[in-house]
Amino acid sequence: MIWIDTLFPLGWQHYLLGGLTIGAGVALLYLFNGWVGGMSTVFSSSWSYLFKRPFFQQERFLNSRHWRLVYAAGVVLGALVWRFALADGQAQHTSVPVWQLLLGGFAVGYGARLGNGCTSGHGICGLGSLQLPSLGAVLTFMATAFLTANLLRLA
Amino acid sequence: MTTHTLTLPKALVTLLAGALFGFGLSLATMTQPEVVIGFLRLQDWGLMLVMGGAAGLALLAYKGLPRWLKRPLLGGEFLTQPTPWNRQTLLGSAIFGMGWGLSGVCPGPAIAALGTGNTEVLWALLGIVLGGLVQGLSTRD
Repeated sequence: MIWIDTLFPLGWQHYLLGGLTIGAGVALLYLFNGWVGGMSTVFSSSWSYLFKRPFFQQERFLNSRHWRLVYAAGVVLGALVWRFALADGQAQHTSVPVWQLLLGGFAVGYGARLGNGCTSGHGICGLGSLQLPSLGAVLTFMATAFLTANLLRLA
Repeated sequence: MTTHTLTLPKALVTLLAGALFGFGLSLATMTQPEVVIGFLRLQDWGLMLVMGGAAGLALLAYKGLPRWLKRPLLGGEFLTQPTPWNRQTLLGSAIFGMGWGLSGVCPGPAIAALGTGNTEVLWALLGIVLGGLVQGLSTRD
């Protein structure tokens, strides 16, 4: 099965297991609470605590702003558990330059909120509820991300 | 009590759901920008397994649970979050993708970086926080 090594040079099991764990979290939130757990809305809804502009005071943000912060805290907690249970407590590092992280992050935050979702909102929750607009969003961001990452390699 | 009320039991489930999300992201190495960029450069297709596995379970939950149960186990109702296909979704997703390709970071892993201790990725988290603010401030009410 050489194609497996070609497609997944670092192995494939941890990817599938990790993806299923993420899916289990999303399913649990729906089973017990009935809520759809995309990750990027917290970056709009949390600003409603500080800004009184009508945009941030939309009902959909006010309704969910508390639980979205708890959900985000859970993500930090889960990453901490992973770090101390499976990674000897070592902190991760990246060699991606700071300007790429900061500028890229800004575009990620702006774009995800303008487009109403990110990799989890459209890619997991949107596709998981069979929404065609989310499929359009996923294909769009995959295409521009592919172009950007490859142009950057050539530059 | 409305559909959205955050009771203590619901808060605990939300925290646990988030923890599974963050643990899964870390286990799948999605918290490492290099792995994401490697996928976008077609060197490693792992991200497809992550997204496929997660979306598969989400599909089961979103389509199955409302048929099998009358309401969520802790009360309220099964919400849906329909999104329109319009110029903003297209433009926003295109911009999101450019940022994702540039940084290798998206919102979930940026938050998880607070747990994995990847201090460099916190620059991306700062960018996302500011990007979300500017998007809101620049939207006409």
